[in-house]
Amino acid sequence: MEDMQVSMYQLYRDMLTSYLEDKSEHALYHAQQFSKQMMEQDMSPEETVSLHLSVFQDIAHDLPEEVKDSFDLLVEVMIGYGLAYREHQSLRDRQQELESELNVAAEMQRTLLPERRIDLDGVDFGVVSVPAGKMSGDYYHYDLDEHGNLAIAVADVIGKGVPAAMSMSMIKYAMDTLTNNQMQPGFVLESLNRVVERNIDEDMFITMMYGVYHPDKHHFYFASAGHEPGFFYHASTDTFETLEEKGLVLGVFPRVAYKEQSFELSPGDFVVFLSDGVTESRVDGEFIEREQITDMIRERLHLSAQEIVDEIFQELEKAQEFQLRDDFTLMLLRREV
Amino acid sequence: MQVQTHVDINSEWGIVAARQAGRKLAREIGFGSVDQARITTAISELARNIYLYANQGQIKIEEVADSNKRGMKIIASDEGPGIRDVRRVMEDGFTTSGGLGAGLPGVKRLMDEFDIDSELDSGTVITAVKWLR
Repeated sequence: MEDMQVSMYQLYRDMLTSYLEDKSEHALYHAQQFSKQMMEQDMSPEETVSLHLSVFQDIAHDLPEEVKDSFDLLVEVMIGYGLAYREHQSLRDRQQELESELNVAAEMQRTLLPERRIDLDGVDFGVVSVPAGKMSGDYYHYDLDEHGNLAIAVADVIGKGVPAAMSMSMIKYAMDTLTNNQMQPGFVLESLNRVVERNIDEDMFITMMYGVYHPDKHHFYFASAGHEPGFFYHASTDTFETLEEKGLVLGVFPRVAYKEQSFELSPGDFVVFLSDGVTESRVDGEFIEREQITDMIRERLHLSAQEIVDEIFQELEKAQEFQLRDDFTLMLLRREV
Repeated sequence: MQVQTHVDINSEWGIVAARQAGRKLAREIGFGSVDQARITTAISELARNIYLYANQGQIKIEEVADSNKRGMKIIASDEGPGIRDVRRVMEDGFTTSGGLGAGLPGVKRLMDEFDIDSELDSGTVITAVKWLR
């Protein structure tokens, strides 16, 4: 500490002497570099001011008393800045701690999502899900049951960040308790609603769309709990239909029944599930129209399901200058031609 | 010789008087100008807290000596409402004066030792020490 002060004193003295001699930009540049060194050594603003005065007194003889006295005032003022600076440092350390805790939590959350590829004859499947922050309030699911049926789901917690993410894990665990024979969409939502209603705050809700595809008969069954409507694409007519079914959001009443719809997928037909982060994307300050999404899909019909959702995400991310306002999930399941 | 000074705090004048007494003693003990200013700022903040939240109280300053070091102790006491959540007021970023005050974390940083004893509805005693290096 003593040594450091001596060397700082000497360094500052050399610097100031050189500057007073030739007033060069070079000396000023030196001072700028020196300030970094001072901060690294935790030198406070008030110490810096005081260092300046003592060096100045040393090299400029007969410094008027007023100049010296005026530094008392300056030191007093700088103490406040010094405190603010130290508080800032401690808050920054704290922020780094929180950040790394949050990274661990986000990593844990990612492990809740399915990872393996769906390898099912005649089915082309793709999903993209990107949180606006570190943690996501969107959840998606896909899984093959032992009969070879493919279950897919997208859920969205009303709310963002950590609380939303914590509710997401509940959905995942509740789904894990369902057996293969309970994969019918209406039944799944009914069961999840019971769990959610018992376990989350009154002011929190979850919307969800759940569907199952039976590849043998090409039937698709789905039900919705107040979720953002999806799309159903008819290849034969090249038209999109809204995929929607009435149903209360999860978590309001303990006993709710969910209506189920079913239809057949012809070759080239597909269904799209999404979260409201997709439809609430803003381009030039305005929400995009659902039609813009279907147009974007139509332009990419020749691509694979995964390529379609990836490209749409990239396009919308770019249009929003890489600042997502909400978690974004887009999923596409197509019966291959 | 152990110098001890009491200053009653019940107006802004009291705050200035406490600062003045503190700076004088700090200089006598041999603190440098930066430390003098730090000690004075700490006294100022403690006195302001008394004035703002308890209306009145006392600042006591004294010279202290340990086996091989000398220093200065500030004791700020009041019989005001007390602090409900001490841990919270000691958090950075939480300033009870609702403005740009250094707050208690600031006082703690300015001094070497810091102790707070507060009881709801009966008062607060804050002790802080700065050692001469």
